[in-house]
Order: sequence, then C-alpha cells, then structure tokens
Amino acid sequence: MTDARAEMLARLDAALGSAATERTATERTAPENTATVTGGGPVPDVDRDYLGADSTWETATTGAALLALLTERIVDYRATVTRVTPDEVADVVARLLVGARRVVAPHGLDRSWLEVAAAAGADVVWDGPSQVLSVRELDAVDAVVTGSRLAIAETGTIVLDAAADQGRRALSLVPDHHICVVRTDDVVRGVPAAMTRLDVTRPLTWISGPSATSDIELERVEGVHGPRRLDVVLVG
Amino acid sequence: MPTAPAGVGHLRGDRSFPRAAEHELANDQLRRNLGHATSTIRAKRAAVVAEVPDWEALRDAASAIKTAAMAHLPELLTQLEVNVTARGGVVHWARDAAEANRIVVGLVRAAGAREVVKIKSMVTQEIGLNEALEADGVDALETDLAELIVQLAGDRPSHILVPAIHFNRAQIREIFLAKMPDVDPDLTDDPRQLAMAARAYLRERFLRAQVGISGANFAIAETGTIGIVESEGNGRMCLTLPDTLITVMGIEKVLPRAQDLEVFLQLLPRSSTGERMNPYTSTWAGVTPGDGPQQLHLVLLDNGRTAALADEVGRQALHCIRCSACLNVCPVYERAGGHAYGSVYPGPIGAALTPLLTGTTGHDDPNSSLPFASSLCGACFEVCPVKIDIPSILVHLRAREVDAERGGVPGGSELAMRALGKVMEHPRAFAAAEVASRAGRLLARDGAITRLPWPGSLWTESRDLPAPPRESFRAWWARERGPGSAEAGVSPADRRSAGNGSTESGA
Repeated sequence: MTDARAEMLARLDAALGSAATERTATERTAPENTATVTGGGPVPDVDRDYLGADSTWETATTGAALLALLTERIVDYRATVTRVTPDEVADVVARLLVGARRVVAPHGLDRSWLEVAAAAGADVVWDGPSQVLSVRELDAVDAVVTGSRLAIAETGTIVLDAAADQGRRALSLVPDHHICVVRTDDVVRGVPAAMTRLDVTRPLTWISGPSATSDIELERVEGVHGPRRLDVVLVG
Repeated sequence: MPTAPAGVGHLRGDRSFPRAAEHELANDQLRRNLGHATSTIRAKRAAVVAEVPDWEALRDAASAIKTAAMAHLPELLTQLEVNVTARGGVVHWARDAAEANRIVVGLVRAAGAREVVKIKSMVTQEIGLNEALEADGVDALETDLAELIVQLAGDRPSHILVPAIHFNRAQIREIFLAKMPDVDPDLTDDPRQLAMAARAYLRERFLRAQVGISGANFAIAETGTIGIVESEGNGRMCLTLPDTLITVMGIEKVLPRAQDLEVFLQLLPRSSTGERMNPYTSTWAGVTPGDGPQQLHLVLLDNGRTAALADEVGRQALHCIRCSACLNVCPVYERAGGHAYGSVYPGPIGAALTPLLTGTTGHDDPNSSLPFASSLCGACFEVCPVKIDIPSILVHLRAREVDAERGGVPGGSELAMRALGKVMEHPRAFAAAEVASRAGRLLARDGAITRLPWPGSLWTESRDLPAPPRESFRAWWARERGPGSAEAGVSPADRRSAGNGSTESGA
C-alpha cells in the first residue's frame, strides 16, 4: 500500500499547489515509530468566537439551575431522572431494578449501590478482567448499572469513558435496561466544557436518551437497539 | 487529477437530471412523503437552531476549521496514520473505489468471515462495497433500519438521512413479510411493530457478528480518534461487538484537534435531525484491550476527492459533514427526490460534489446536468452548518460545462445565445426585434406566454414567458424624452441647457 499512500500524498500536494520539497522527511515516511504525535501540530488554530468552556454562558450556570436543566433535557428524551443523596443510591437502584432477575455491573462500581437490590433477590454479576461475560450471557441479563464520566445539561447527554466504574462498552449496550449514576459534580452546561474533561483517547459513548428511529414515515419509534429503558440517578 | 472511476460505485445515474426528475415527479407518494419529511425536519431544525445563542459563531469556526484542514490535508492524514497505528490500528490507503473494495474484501477474507454487519455509511455506498462483498460471497447486512428496508427491497436510498422515506408503512410491511427471515406473519404496519421486527432480526446478527464495517463522521489527527454519530444503536452494536472493525473514510473527514469536536457535535445533530443531540455518539482511538474490536482497520479513500481539492472554487464542497440540511430546504430536491440525481449524494451538495468527484465527459454525461439542477435560490447556503457556498460552486461548474463544450458542434442553447448576442449588439436589429416581439402579445394569456411553437417550445415546455408590453421601454423613452434621445442617451433637460449655453444658477 506504500504506492497508494505515496500517490495520494503526491496528488494532494499537486491539488494544493504546494511544492513536494516543502514537506519534511519525517512527514513523508511510514509510521515506524510508535510514539503518538499530539497537539495541533501542522495546522494553525482558528478563531473560536463561539461560547466556549470559559464563557459566562457556561460558568454562570451552576447548582440547582444546572441540575434542573439537565433533568428537563433528559426527561425530554423519555428517560427518568431521580435526584438522591449518596446514602440513598442503593435504595433507588433497588427500586429501579424491581423485576430484574439478573443484573450486571462493572467491577469498579461502588458495590454498596447494589447491596439493597442483591438483598431483595437480584442476581448481581460483576464484569471485569477476571470475569468477562460473553455476548450471549450479556444478552440474558435484564439490567446494567454503571457510573458515568460526565453529563451535559444543555443537551441532556451522559458520557461514558469505559473507566472501571463504567465498564467496557458492551456492558451498557446489550442489556435492555440501563441504570446510569451521574454525580452532580460531573455536570457541565455545554459541549465545549465537556470536551475539556474528556480524554478522546479512551473509548467514549455519548448517550442522549434511549435509541430512536424516524425512518418509517418519520414517525419516531424509541428503543431500536441498545437499552430501551434508561434511568438516571443523579447523586450529590 | 484522477477522478472517481466510472463503472464502480454509485456516483452516476443513467440519465440526465431533467429526464430523471420528470420521471420521479410523477410519483405522488414520493412527493407526499418527501414533502412531509422535509417540512417536518425543517421545522425541527429551525426550532433547535434558534435555541443556540452562538450559532453563527459556530458556523464560522466550523468553516474555518474545515478550510484549514483542507489546506493541510497531507500533514493531517500523515499525523492521523501515525496516531492510529501507534494505538494498534492498521491504516490503508485507497486511490479509488475499486482499490478500496479490494482492500476491504481482502480484510474480510483474512478474518475468515462470510457475513458482516454494516453501519449506514454513505462512503461505502459511494464505492459500491456491498456489491463487491456479495461478489466475493460475503453477506453484507445493512443494520440501519432505513438501509435495511432499502436493502431488502433491492432498491436505492432516496435521502441522505432518511433513505427509505419513499416507502410508506404498508410497503415496508410487505417488504419485511417477503424478505425478512423468521418474521411474524401477523406483522402489522404500525411503525413501532415494524421497528421491533427489525430489532429482533438484527439483534441475532449483531450478537454473532465477527466483522463490522463502518464509515466515519470524523477522525481527529492529533489523537487518532474516529467517531460515529447515530440514532438507533446499530452503530454501537457494529462498533463494539465484532472482533474486527473496518472503517472506510473519505480523506476529507479528518479534523486537526479533539477540541474541534465541540463545534461539530453542536452543529451536526441540530442540522441533521433537528435534535439537541443524537441518541448515540461513539468515539474510539485504536484498540482498547478487553473492550471492543481487537483488529482495527482504517481505509483512507480518495476516489476523486483530490480532484475536488484541486478545484479552488469547488474544494469547499469537501467541507460537507453530511447533515442533509440542504436537502431539506431545497425546493428542487423536495419535489424530485434523491433518485433523480443518480448519485448517493443528492440534493444541493450532491449537485456540487458529485461532478467534482467524477469529473464530467460532455453533455451526454448525466453528471454534467447536475450543476443545472438548481434554481440558485441559496436556501442551502443559509442552512449549511459549515457555510458551503453551494450556489457559487454550481455557477462555477455550469461555466466549466459550458467552456468544455466550446469549439465543438454548438448545441441548441449555444446557438440561441449567439443569435441573441448578435441582436443585442446592434441597436437597429434590437429595435426591429422589439417591434416584432409585440406580436407575441397575441399568444399571451393573463400576462404570460405559456406555449410557443418550436423552437420556442424548448423554452416554454417548462417555463412561462412574460407577455411583451404594449410599448417597449425604449419606445416609451423616445416618446417621453423626444426623438433621438433613446440613441443619444441624453435627457431633454440636458439638451435644453446645452443648447442655451447657460448654466443653472441662482438669481
């Protein structure tokens, strides 16, 4: 494929009218080194006059107003939001899990959150490096409980980054019911603020409500693939 | 500069836009569905865009980011390759559709798979990947609901975002009953039931899939991150469950910085589905051990993009983020539908991008008619989140088409233009033509001429002419201002003061 690569880069140079000799040798060689190349590097940054992470629009929306906005936007997507204090989480999770026989949770999740549900008879399975559920086993699970990395109030979005308290991506995908715990400290107003807190080298999943399609005569149908029921527990 | 080769993929129809549109316009159901779809999404888009206080600033930033990215495309692609490779992915380069198909077919074979699951991807439709896989005995299953409907029906998508909009629910039910394995024979045409039937069918395929194939909404050069923006969750299924993931991406989709996502993740959902945020966005950077695909491939596709880049006016068409906002506001698209354009990229952006990717070979080439498939109303430019000046590109491409025809046997419109040019260059000929045209008033009804004999019929079969006035402007001027003034261009007042030799002055 070196021929294709060299030819495409040559075409690009010709299209942009830039002399091939301007490119340095390091930019032209195939990637033998394993070090990653970060930073904007070759491209100068642009003017960003939009409302960024440090704008008043972002920083002035805090506390109860911020959480109220988040709640309103999530509920608009037909998911539920339950506001709790830290010692109430286990009870609320248990209430939301009524009817679920088998529950999976990532190994790094706060174990106390599932104590009440387990005591009520739910079979809780902890997925982690030492116990990896197969896809079929995940399919047989009724619900999954995870933490989250952050939530964006303006858009009602929750972002997972596959950390130990959230688990690998398949966990929050295959089961039909997802209970997601969001910390109030992790709530921002807008997408720019979220980007300052997210590491895009991790696998990220942005969730804004249950899945949906409007492909049939534009009539919105919720819950095509992925969890059809999403319950958010907002703790702080 | 090499363009997308003919004979592979879906970038060219079999007849010109006017012919195809004439055929499509007769489809009442399409027009009804499309009119309903586009007006609904237009309203939703307008509402959520109005909520955003810095919408124009976001558009400006997006346009600037894309312009900078295009100007540095070679460096960005090289940087992307380094970072994807460093994180365990394999990068392949494909000069055209045929090469891309060969690469993907080879990768699927190497994975030992006879079936793959696909996320809706315009670029894989562009190159005709499904056909190439089928030819190699691989069952390529479309998992996006609308793409699944279109695939089961053996049809082609008619809209970038809602590809099955030309079907109504009863038709979709028929398609499922006829083509979907293990479907419930009592299936009704309720959209929810239909979607659930698709869910059940697809879920089994997801759970056993070994190879997933996707496109990409964007790739971040500085980290090697690739992203998919979707609604149904089939994306997450294809990106997470199989052991092998093959991503095909047009080279123009690369962005410089992770921070750039804060711009595009605000612009794209609001522009495309009219939502504050789409249900699921997934990003990944290379391979994560124990999480998702462990064999990761990225195929970088040219297929005419470098040709588009070489066109200084046309290159901004490469900024497109495939939101389809332009389709939803276009009066031409709303009536003709996507099939009329003959390309997987229809509507305003398709009329601009398609001929840039494929090049055109003269007026018999259907793609040479695409730049003319527009009233140049400019609504597309207004709604485009990355501010692509589509009307300017279309006018530029029209000039390109006209220039390409020069020196050959002149066509009808060239001959008409030449004749008109001669008349307009000579005042006496023009005056005589004005007198003669008054006869046209006899043909007019309610102020318009709607039917002329040949060759005038070539104009009036799709356009009305305003009826000539009782008196032409030049005749009125001569009557009002005195004889000879029309030619001299001098007003009576000027003539009087010049004749007196006096100047206007006070007492």
